[in-house]
Amino acid sequence: MKNIVLSTLVALGLSMGGSAALASEAESHITDYEFSFEGPFGKFDQAQLQRGLQVYTEVCSACHGLRLVAFRNLGDAGGPTYGEAEVKAYAAQWDIYNAEADEDLPGKPADKFPANTSAGAPDLSVMAKARAGFHGPYGLLFNQLTKGMGGPEYIASVLAGYDGHEKEQAGTTLYGNTAFPGGNISMAPPLEDGLVEFADGSKNDVENMAQDVAAFLMWTAEPKLMARKQFGLVAFIFLGILGVLLYLTNKKLWAPIKRKEA
Amino acid sequence: MSGIPHDSYEPKSNFEKWLDVRLPIVGLIYGTIMIPTPKNLNWMWIWGIVLAFCLVLQIITGIVLAMHYTPHVDMAFDSVEHIMRDVNGGWALRYIHMNGASLFFAAVYSHIFRGLYYGSYKAPREITWIIGMLIYLAMMATAFMGYVLPWGQMSFWGATVITGLFGAIPGIGEAIQTWLLGGPAVDNATLNRFFSLHYLLPFVIATLVAVHIWAFHTTGNSNPTGVEVRRGSKEEVKKDTVPFWPYYVIKDLLALVVILVIFVAIVGFMPNFLGHPDNYIGANPLSTPAHIVPEWYFLPFYAILRAFTADVMVVQIASFVTGGIVDAKFFGVMAMFGAIAVMAVVPWLDTSSVRSGKYRPMFKYFFWILVLDFFVLMWVGAMPAEPPYSTISLYASFYWFGYFLIILPLLGVLEKPLPVPDTIEADFDAHYPPKDADASAAK
Repeated sequence: MKNIVLSTLVALGLSMGGSAALASEAESHITDYEFSFEGPFGKFDQAQLQRGLQVYTEVCSACHGLRLVAFRNLGDAGGPTYGEAEVKAYAAQWDIYNAEADEDLPGKPADKFPANTSAGAPDLSVMAKARAGFHGPYGLLFNQLTKGMGGPEYIASVLAGYDGHEKEQAGTTLYGNTAFPGGNISMAPPLEDGLVEFADGSKNDVENMAQDVAAFLMWTAEPKLMARKQFGLVAFIFLGILGVLLYLTNKKLWAPIKRKEA
Repeated sequence: MSGIPHDSYEPKSNFEKWLDVRLPIVGLIYGTIMIPTPKNLNWMWIWGIVLAFCLVLQIITGIVLAMHYTPHVDMAFDSVEHIMRDVNGGWALRYIHMNGASLFFAAVYSHIFRGLYYGSYKAPREITWIIGMLIYLAMMATAFMGYVLPWGQMSFWGATVITGLFGAIPGIGEAIQTWLLGGPAVDNATLNRFFSLHYLLPFVIATLVAVHIWAFHTTGNSNPTGVEVRRGSKEEVKKDTVPFWPYYVIKDLLALVVILVIFVAIVGFMPNFLGHPDNYIGANPLSTPAHIVPEWYFLPFYAILRAFTADVMVVQIASFVTGGIVDAKFFGVMAMFGAIAVMAVVPWLDTSSVRSGKYRPMFKYFFWILVLDFFVLMWVGAMPAEPPYSTISLYASFYWFGYFLIILPLLGVLEKPLPVPDTIEADFDAHYPPKDADASAAK
């Protein structure tokens, strides 16, 4: 009996040390970028999403698809929020396969971004939710609340994480990357300083472009993020008030039973 | 309903009398809502209402989600994203349903451990306890199949691992696994039947819940002292109880709202906290994730499943005795189901004559170790199956079984319980002393 108790206590002791081991498991380095949409009050930065869309269009879309996102979504509130005419014009830049005509036609707002698997690159629609950049100190809850899971941080860190090394492996070139698990990624460095020219004159070095496109991909992964946070806040306040009223009701109701002053 | 004597429904108007002769439904509802409830219940007695709320919440959100979901391997993942993007309020429905499962399990574990501490399972409430365990099993099956429906990587590989457990049964295992999956591997047939059963089982749960409530309304609620309500007369009953409405309805609603404040914060601000990022990657039978981790509420039993590896002595003995029929995999499966089975038969394992843990000085100590043990198992279940986690999970599993099979039967003999209050009223008065007669007369 004593042994079992002892082992359990030992197990508890080890659990303290074990959590630390878990934290150090992630060898790859994820930079903790600040994004405007973090925390309960976070909002997407419309200008940043528009810049991110531009980076995606001019760079990423060469290999990566965005098949779950429709062009019309670019006009939705809480996103890049382009006007109707702009969305139409943007969609028309794309060639979308039309099954009835059996040929590629200029895109319409109702169409989705094409799936693109030509280079074996993964679709980016929900990528920002499919990667956890960090788990917080010991995976604690508080960090999730203020920072999220670090999906966009992971994306930006990979894009800005090339260390310049290259190596050949089984006929493919791998590029050294400080953020990618394992340290080598088969994607050639997609960004270089000044590659994309922003209309608003924003900084276009690698770090800034990486953050812009990461923010854009967080929006494609969670287009209803702002509505969700608003729901959370309203429900939190409403239920909080209801809770206070119920507390007072309950107290008064039970007072005679508990022989207290109401 | 029989049970504790209390005022029953008297139809007044002509219509009420007409209806009561033909269908005494108002009387049934009245009897259920007005049931005399021990007046000393503490805050651990609120989980039943939370659970009832969860069941209704999951059924309502689930029915609407099913209107937009497509159970096909090529379309399931995209149809969930369609719900998240194009369906009005779809993101809210889906995130509430997804996190609602976690709330459901958090509540059911609180409910079960409350029962274990206060001896709620003891005579005459064994049937209530057994029905409760059946509900818990049905919940686990429902949650597991629900997690498969989005058809992400964890959905697919979780389904592969868990149905593989049945394949470990000697001789007939493989046939059972194929029958469950509808084919040699997890595929479209599996997804379709899981969807069908995921929709069916909640209604089975609802039926079991009705029986659960029927059973404990017959025996009366247990309470923190474990002393039964006196049933000699209605006057005696009134000294020990208050009617469920309004006293406990309001109290339970207050508790529910406090819990929902936390719930909406999770849904609104970190809806994917309890999920796994890999499930936002569509299922790919050709690529196995590095770590296949079940949802948090399965982790303690997942840890027990993995604890009994081939190098553990009891496993080797079992294998030797049965001539190799019981291998490590099958042993692990038996241990996992056994861990729930020992909990289900606890009414017959606990030999103590005292019901509530409050008056059992030694029991208390072992009970809290069991709670700790549960969390340790949950934690190692999330860790890779390698030292030191494998050793910890083995010892933690031993404690789980030891508690039910050795400690509880022995404690009833060895332990000297503290004095138990004579009545619920006496216990209540000790907390809330009666004022002198004059003050109450003036009122």
